Amino acid sequence: MAQVTTKDVMEKFKLTLVSGHEGIGRHITTSDISRPGLEMAGYFTHYPANRVQLIGRTELSFFEMLPPELRQERMMKLCSQETPAIIISRNMDVPQELIDASNENNVPVLVTSMKTTRFSSRLTNYLESKLAPSTAIHGVLVDVYGIGVLIIGKSGVGKSETALELIKKGHRLVADDCVEIRQEAEDILIGSPPPLLEHLLEIRGIGIINIMTLFGASAVRPYKRITLIVELETWDPNKTYDRLGLDEEKMKIIDTEITKLTIPVRPGRNVSVIIEVAAMNYRLKRIGINPALEFSRRLDEVIAMHDEIDEY
Amino acid sequence: MKMVETTVEVKLKTGLQARQAALFVQEANRYKADIFLQKDDKKVNAKSIMGIMSLAIARGTTVKLIAEGNDENEAIEGLSSFIQKEV
Repeated sequence: MAQVTTKDVMEKFKLTLVSGHEGIGRHITTSDISRPGLEMAGYFTHYPANRVQLIGRTELSFFEMLPPELRQERMMKLCSQETPAIIISRNMDVPQELIDASNENNVPVLVTSMKTTRFSSRLTNYLESKLAPSTAIHGVLVDVYGIGVLIIGKSGVGKSETALELIKKGHRLVADDCVEIRQEAEDILIGSPPPLLEHLLEIRGIGIINIMTLFGASAVRPYKRITLIVELETWDPNKTYDRLGLDEEKMKIIDTEITKLTIPVRPGRNVSVIIEVAAMNYRLKRIGINPALEFSRRLDEVIAMHDEIDEY
Repeated sequence: MKMVETTVEVKLKTGLQARQAALFVQEANRYKADIFLQKDDKKVNAKSIMGIMSLAIARGTTVKLIAEGNDENEAIEGLSSFIQKEV
């Protein structure tokens, strides 16, 4: 699980640290942000203490209307053991009560020059992408006609060789051998290479080659959404392979189900062409044209017609 | 699900740099079992050279070896003795 600390946020958004220096290493575990308006008014029953607390002009001006003894008590409650950070927008002055409470409980208090809503949305975006669940998969990710195709299969089955053939045909390499996958939103998986391996491809017999310098900038992509998985496997005569394309097999990565095709590899079978066609066929299906389904319907019609003739 | 795992410290002088990584992967490919190498929260297939190199494992790093399959015990033994060689 990825982790974000208050320090990361401070550096990313160039925030000024006012007090609570010792808590700068606190972990932020959720991308939700709380604006503690009701808490300022004394309602702490459902206080989401583990979220970043963002205080804007509304909250602060209300706070200034409170009598001094209440201010101190509420700021102490706001600076809980779990609170990762309290951020004040618009470069407003931090109330003395908050500085005291934060120093006592080691909750970092930071100030931004941005407006509250704008900062809130930027922080949410940042936290969501940083906290997105991620995994690494052994495979090759190629952009084929705009479809992110993840080629998987046992070591030595020819994943990289197939990718090389696809690149020669004008498609783009995203990652070879090791694909880092993040689930950035529901049903959206984004694959990218580990930073060290960007643009590189390994071919048995040649070694490591750089696709970017060999084929140019049009042959690579830094990241791509994964929409189709192709599993290559050595042809097994005892196994039945899909002959119709009526059913779709799925594979689950993190929490997302992705359509998976299993393609048997055998000498003489041009796998790269098959993958190109699979990608185009997948696009066609998304547009609403399903040749397998249409053919099956036509066949049903003809069979039904024969039945009727037989009845006479 | 049955599998074997072990935690070892990398003692190879150069760490798993390119040449050593290639030898490591070559060794891993001798086994039928599915083998993984984990450093911190990153887990890669031990039969994939790019995967291994992407971890940039230095000498002194502690890594976890995970194997699953018929020859899992031999695989773990062979590979852990490989990365614990002090050459």
